[in-house]
Amino acid sequence: MDLIGLTVKKASKLLHTGQISSLELTNLVLDRIDNLNPKLQAYLTVTPELAREYAQKADEELLQARKDSQHKTSPLLGVPLAVKDLLCLKDVRCTCGSRILENFVPPYTATAVNKILQAGMVPLGKTNTDEFAMGSSTENSAYENTLNPWDTNRVPGGSSGGSAAAVAADLAPVALGTDTGGSVRQPASFCGLTGIKPTYGRVSRYGLIAYGSSLDTVGVLAHTAEDVALLMECMAGPDPLDATSSDIPLPDLTLPENSDLSGLRVGVPQEYFISGIQPEVEKTVREAIRQLEELGAEIKTVNLPHTEYALPVYYLIAPAEASANLARYDGIRFGLSNDANELLERYYKSRGAGFGAEVKRRIMLGTYALSAGYYDAYYGQAQKVRTLIKSDFDQAFKDVDVIAAPIAPSTAFRFGEHSDDPLAMYLEDVFTLPANLAGVPGLAFPVGFDQQGLPVGMQLMGPHFREDLLLRTTHAYQMVTNWHKKHPTLN
Amino acid sequence: MKLSKEEVEHIAKLARLELSDEEIERYRSQLSDILDYADRLQALDTSNIPPTASVLKSGSNLRKDQSHSSLQSSDLKLNAPEFEENQFRVPPVME
Repeated sequence: MDLIGLTVKKASKLLHTGQISSLELTNLVLDRIDNLNPKLQAYLTVTPELAREYAQKADEELLQARKDSQHKTSPLLGVPLAVKDLLCLKDVRCTCGSRILENFVPPYTATAVNKILQAGMVPLGKTNTDEFAMGSSTENSAYENTLNPWDTNRVPGGSSGGSAAAVAADLAPVALGTDTGGSVRQPASFCGLTGIKPTYGRVSRYGLIAYGSSLDTVGVLAHTAEDVALLMECMAGPDPLDATSSDIPLPDLTLPENSDLSGLRVGVPQEYFISGIQPEVEKTVREAIRQLEELGAEIKTVNLPHTEYALPVYYLIAPAEASANLARYDGIRFGLSNDANELLERYYKSRGAGFGAEVKRRIMLGTYALSAGYYDAYYGQAQKVRTLIKSDFDQAFKDVDVIAAPIAPSTAFRFGEHSDDPLAMYLEDVFTLPANLAGVPGLAFPVGFDQQGLPVGMQLMGPHFREDLLLRTTHAYQMVTNWHKKHPTLN
Repeated sequence: MKLSKEEVEHIAKLARLELSDEEIERYRSQLSDILDYADRLQALDTSNIPPTASVLKSGSNLRKDQSHSSLQSSDLKLNAPEFEENQFRVPPVME
């Protein structure tokens, strides 16, 4: 029995029937991490002792559950996972991919992480990320580059590149990520995974180190829609510690046994099929849409007329919010603190030394957009256009149930391809940004490969709080296709 | 939208970032390009559009003003560069 490459669902079954123990499974994965992580650099911090501790506790509970049918356990009990290094796990260092938090050890655990730990999941470690989630390739990490397991000369995507590489290389069956501008969906696409950006407010942001507070979401990277559903059921819900978390209940995420999509109206937005997309990406995505039609869905054209403005809107709002959120890194209460004779100097030196180039760029962009004399023209205007982008979606969802679109203009690009041109890097996000601006959920899943064997992903977007529509549709697709079952061969 | 060197220095000062001359020049040209791109938004007529500060329909999420358990000073001490008598020690604010 091949225990590497298990889905959460399969692992759960084996654990609950006693065919394997959580400790066995955890040790297997830890060995594989030992072996492959030095090259892939998916993990920044591995926590073997903590993992074994949780695994042993899980095994005790699994034993109890086998003896006593009244003892209820979560399907996640005993299953190991990786956590993006932007989410706090108490007493385990959290770097956010930055030098400024190189030695920061959080005194508390993020709510989303706490929920999966309470369910009995086993924390393997913290994964690499673009610094403070700012980037689309994980190249902006102050530490190492993470390699794409499908082609180690290429990026895994970002900012949740570490989590994506970990799951793709079977260094974890599932991982938590974050998505502020596409940072779960795009790496899922580049690494052949199924990844969700939930509705804004669906999962608590408490303990998620803030980048853009009106955009940040906690997401999941997995091999299947089924696995994503299991993690969502665990993590969703209001949290008194996050005033922006919603109490709108999670719809029933039970996935049907059949792949019949009759009655489902799928919208295809013209604005997402622009020139400049890699032809194979467009071809593969359109094929997947045809597959949905074969399963009974009705395909309709929709218009999202303000799509082209999502990029400038995002690159004003997100940096503006970031400039405020990152003001706390001042070398006084935590983080890098450089010697200085007076207070201001401490700020300048610590921040100057601790932040990388992309972070500085965005802080300055945001500071400028919010500064006196420019606020209305930049930030103010961006907020208004954001309203237009959101209402595009509200309008479209009157006619269709879900919207199908590409995730990225290309498959995984090579390292260094966009190093000299930040704007070119920003253009990687054109298809993912709108969902964050509108707050709608988005689900990425693999739909094929290009000529070079690189994964191609597609996304479904849905109305606010309708993660069920996305998961059911993707699950149906995954019942009749095998893309999500492919794993890269690693030497 | 071409930013001047002085404007970039001013922004860096507001953001409390110490930058080298080389950084200032590099960011000057990169930020100018990005802001040029952002100028596309000016083409849109938003005179009757309200701004979106949050995508959620917010009710009031305020709670009663009752103290709850929170971080202890032992938690805060862990990451503090300089911590004495339950306080963060800072350099002089001004001479």
